[in-house]
Amino acid sequence: MSAQKNRLATGGRIDRSRPVRFTFDGKAYYGYQGDSLASALLANGVTLVGRSFKYHRPRGIVSAGAEEPNALIEVGTGNRREPNTRAPQIELYDGLTTASQNRWPSLDFDLGAVNSCLSRFFPSGFYYKTFKWPKDGWLFYEKFIRRMAGLGTGSTEADPDRYDKVYGHCDVMVVGGGPAGIAAALAAGRAGARVVLVDEQSELGGSLLSERDRSIDGKPAMDWVAAAEAELAAMPEVKVLTRTTAFAYLDANMLSCVERITDHIGPNASGPRQRLWRIRAREVILATGSIERPLVYSDNDRPGCMLASAGRTYVNRYGTAPGQRVVILTNNDTAYQTALDFAAAGVSVAAVVDLRANPQGALVQATRDKGIEVIANSAITHVKGAKQVKEVDVMSLSADGKSVTGGVRHIYCDTVLSSGGWQPTVHLHSQTRAKVVWNEELHAFVPGPVMPGQNNVSVGAAKGVFGLADCLAEGHEAGAEAARRFGFTNAAGSAAGAEAEPAAEPLRPMWIVPSDKPVGQGGKHFVDYQNDVTAADVMLAHREGYLSVEHLKRYTTMGMATDQGKTSNVNALAIMAGLRGMNIPEVGTTTFRPPYTPVTFGVFAGPDKGDFLDPIRKTPIHQWHADHGAAFECVGQWHRAWYYPKAGESMHDAVNREVKATRDSVGIVDASTLGKIDIQGPDAAWFLNMVYTNAWTKLEPGKCRYGFMCGEDGMVFDDGVTSRIAENHFHMTTTTGGAARVLSWLEEWHQCEWPDRKVYFTSVTEQWAVFALNGPNSRKVLEKVVSGIDLSEEAFPFMSWRDCEVAGVKARIFRISFTGALSFEVNVPPSYALHVWRALMSAGEEFNITPYGTEALHVLRAEKGFVIVGQETDGTMTPQDLGFEWIIGKAKPDFIGRRSHLRSDTARPDRKHLVGLLTENPQEVLPEGAQIVEHVKDKPPMTMIGHVTSSYWSPNANRSIAMAVIKNGRNRMGQTVYLPYDGKVVAARIAKTDFLQDGAAANA
Amino acid sequence: MLLISCPYCGPRDEHEFSYGHEAHIARPTLEQQQTMSDAEWADYLFMRKNPKGVHFERWVHSRGCRQWFNVARHTVTHEIIKVYPMGEPAPNLEQK
Amino acid sequence: MPEAYNRRSALQHFGLKAAAAQSPADARVFIGEAAHRAIVNVRGNPGDPAFLQAVKAVTGADLPVKPNTTSQAGEFRLLWLGPTEYWVTAPAGSEEKLAAELRQAFTGQHAAVIDVSESRTIITLSGPDAREVLARGCSLDLHPRVFGPGQCAQTGLAKANVLIDQRDATSYDIYVLKSFSDYLWQWFGLVHRDFTAAIRAD
Repeated sequence: MSAQKNRLATGGRIDRSRPVRFTFDGKAYYGYQGDSLASALLANGVTLVGRSFKYHRPRGIVSAGAEEPNALIEVGTGNRREPNTRAPQIELYDGLTTASQNRWPSLDFDLGAVNSCLSRFFPSGFYYKTFKWPKDGWLFYEKFIRRMAGLGTGSTEADPDRYDKVYGHCDVMVVGGGPAGIAAALAAGRAGARVVLVDEQSELGGSLLSERDRSIDGKPAMDWVAAAEAELAAMPEVKVLTRTTAFAYLDANMLSCVERITDHIGPNASGPRQRLWRIRAREVILATGSIERPLVYSDNDRPGCMLASAGRTYVNRYGTAPGQRVVILTNNDTAYQTALDFAAAGVSVAAVVDLRANPQGALVQATRDKGIEVIANSAITHVKGAKQVKEVDVMSLSADGKSVTGGVRHIYCDTVLSSGGWQPTVHLHSQTRAKVVWNEELHAFVPGPVMPGQNNVSVGAAKGVFGLADCLAEGHEAGAEAARRFGFTNAAGSAAGAEAEPAAEPLRPMWIVPSDKPVGQGGKHFVDYQNDVTAADVMLAHREGYLSVEHLKRYTTMGMATDQGKTSNVNALAIMAGLRGMNIPEVGTTTFRPPYTPVTFGVFAGPDKGDFLDPIRKTPIHQWHADHGAAFECVGQWHRAWYYPKAGESMHDAVNREVKATRDSVGIVDASTLGKIDIQGPDAAWFLNMVYTNAWTKLEPGKCRYGFMCGEDGMVFDDGVTSRIAENHFHMTTTTGGAARVLSWLEEWHQCEWPDRKVYFTSVTEQWAVFALNGPNSRKVLEKVVSGIDLSEEAFPFMSWRDCEVAGVKARIFRISFTGALSFEVNVPPSYALHVWRALMSAGEEFNITPYGTEALHVLRAEKGFVIVGQETDGTMTPQDLGFEWIIGKAKPDFIGRRSHLRSDTARPDRKHLVGLLTENPQEVLPEGAQIVEHVKDKPPMTMIGHVTSSYWSPNANRSIAMAVIKNGRNRMGQTVYLPYDGKVVAARIAKTDFLQDGAAANA
Repeated sequence: MLLISCPYCGPRDEHEFSYGHEAHIARPTLEQQQTMSDAEWADYLFMRKNPKGVHFERWVHSRGCRQWFNVARHTVTHEIIKVYPMGEPAPNLEQK
Repeated sequence: MPEAYNRRSALQHFGLKAAAAQSPADARVFIGEAAHRAIVNVRGNPGDPAFLQAVKAVTGADLPVKPNTTSQAGEFRLLWLGPTEYWVTAPAGSEEKLAAELRQAFTGQHAAVIDVSESRTIITLSGPDAREVLARGCSLDLHPRVFGPGQCAQTGLAKANVLIDQRDATSYDIYVLKSFSDYLWQWFGLVHRDFTAAIRAD
């Protein structure tokens, strides 16, 4: 185990008394509590951390934050392995196991690196050009390309961790816990508003965490942060969420955030790993800071090439030098602060190379005063060292800055820090679909006007305001103003103060730093590290006509993958603008979409997985079915008893037994899931006349009637039996799946089209448990337990209902039948459902009463040709198509769908009709969905004339039965049609759908 | 996720609502039905606007008070410009 | 009616009494079932004084005509469901009498009375963390500045539709269709892993 050779003796926010052991690529290291994986690796002198996406070039850590394009790490092993995690965002804990990605067989010796030597054969767009030939070639190449050019691999095992979800609400949501964000939260919180402050880091402070000696209100900046944190914690209506990334700004000020609860503790922690917050805010303050841009210089991807600000963060926050000897390349003043901080920490700065002709700012002067050489008007033209920077070449810039001139200076170093200016983190602003606008002074995109309905304001660096005092003032004002607007009037206090930064000189935009060779020759000028896109690739895209931002992005893959171009988008855009001779805003910018950083799927699922993915709806006697061995079928969210296999029975055996017993004696089915709607009011009958195709006015109280509901297009969308309870009172039943849809349908017509009609609709689906007794002995069973009514045919005829008691329980019985057999549908209160069911089972024992499931129910109804909406119908069938000409109220002037029945296409006589099908071989059970042809050919295509909608073995007809929709089917009775499937052709005869008559006859 | 202000219940999350269809499509009267051509009837049945801009829509608070109402929504910004009860005519809004 | 023991509540099979006995003493959230409460759905025109009077005559309470509010008189608790839809709730067993009285009181009006007691059960949730628990699955803002006793709301909780009736500062009645009650009860079980929760059987 090696020593932490780059660890500084003092400084930083790490705890040197708490060493933490971790592994990277199987090798053990120590870091300290408070380290990130990136800082710990750097402290240990590990600079090679990955291989690039396409060329497999050795890569090191570039940044100290969410923008990291290179250091993508697999964290954890086995079922916890998580790929593409950014090393600067991984907090170190004892036992952390990490590995590099996209290398084979090892990081140090990667066979894929041959791609780099062949890179001139792998330009942008090479996938499209090369592998699309021959026609099916891609299928072959893809496997190899995916292996070579890939990111990490996730675990294929089930995620053992637990995730949580929660909704949040606040008046003011502050994103970003830097000085501006803290100031905003303090002001809004003091005023009395409900505030949520989220920050992605482990502690508040934002940019202050990377500062060396700033002060706020006269005390060290982090002391001010600590005091602010304590003050916020004491406010009951303020919630501070650290380790929480606001990754999506959704409609109407809803932000999705992921809180990493135990990722910094490791897999042994208890409780959920992460939590998804969906926070609705009245006002959002975006204090998301800014991200430094790297400079695009030759071979700027060598391990050891890093952002200047990142170097500063490693030294100041983590007490770690990124290397032993540093060269800084900059086009602006901020990198000099890095030089000064390095000097203060005792890290050697070999030189600052400045692209500007004659920098004279205060920080530049201070740097010179420290004895650090400033090489002005110069560029780094080469970076040497394959797996670690060894040396840089520096040459002077020509007058126009487009080339270099003069002699070459070789400077020994192991680290190159670059600063190309700062890009405000406008991602969340952009996610609202608001525009960003180019600021000519900052040479950066800043937030444009906000979108209506998305009440937010950007403050501080996120808006392009970089001075500490200005950030504190802006944050304070935004927080106080939001609170004021919502009526919170407590004193918000005054903004904290800070001394002004030294005056800075303007940056020099130079989007490609020239080297001694043309771009694309010699070294590589990387623009997008993660996708291996170079300046030469942008030029190629330009040459080939991919000029717009969207084309550039897709052609080069620039800005894609996990970092979404956080460090590359502006550089690429600026290079394209230069090539096109346009201003940057004329070329445009890409729109940022969620998520800001990758989010694990687990947190979206939260607890809603397994049985909780979709609610399981149960009938009141669900447990009885389960206890009696029922297999269950999903019908929408309902779990319905499907069949009840006895020991040794197959599904086929069980269904046959249930069907036969019902037809021969008596069966009982739990039909509680049927939709039921109570309809009351003087216009109830009028309304039924409008929504059903048949007439309802003359139905007497006590009677039931079957009806079809059509859409206005004339197509059947639900069916059921509706009963008249009283003159102005009906009880409607719907299909199980249609219950909610039908109620909504009735309400829509009532509320939107006929609001003056006096009628009320109320769902009573679950007010009643429904048990249907079917079969010749059903009356005998019921007679034993019923009281209060006469069950005889005369007293209680078919298609009527009666109130009574069953097993002492108040009940309503409907004499309706979905089997064609004698049937009683017993409705009882669910709390007594089990009691009644058991009473019926006991009463039926002597008749071999047989509980049957939905499969037998389907067979029984098919034996009599009864349709199921959704099985025989598919939204294109009219009642007439189904053979229900008689159910159309010819005398009714109007009902929903009537006019459509008169359309020429709907009215023609040769539409697809519902018919029965009897296979020539009675043992052959057709597959549902099988296509029907009139003439068989050797091979497809054949003209299809219909398909099978329902098909079963009927134990009562003792043969296979099927229903089908066939063109002009009713006029083809007796004709033979053919069904080619499974390599054979089955012949079947078109028949009527009552198989207990027709089928029996067919067998005779 | 949209925040829709139910005329009765106030602002609620989108998941409490169901979208119906384009608003203000009146059902032809019986007389009209009897004189309409098939093409005119098909127009009533099937043809719907799909504007880039303000769209008048019919929504129902399906997980709440079960009431239908109209919404003027901008299809680009998703801004809900106005919510108004059934029966009220479409507001005259400047196209945004 | 048959013996009372033949009447089963929707959540009875979870053995609430036994679970309650094992509950932690320091619980910050309590969950239970208020079974068999009478729930009578009343439809009518709140703009019609006769309708309001009829409700008041039977229940003694003013109809909560303001959306998402409740009213209470003695054992009767009235809830707003929609602009023409209300629930009158009352102790278990009183639904038939209540429905009959309401029907009688509405004679001559376009009003409707529908007993829906059997369709739902009530999950009771209370304790200092109850609001936090609900936030796991309910998108409504239940903060006391926004929502409180006297208010009710139909909304989604996890993936079930519910009516939430806030009883006091920290207590909620959650009305749920019985077919969803197993799901919702077990969902609370998942959420309660991160709380100190007790089952209450009373």
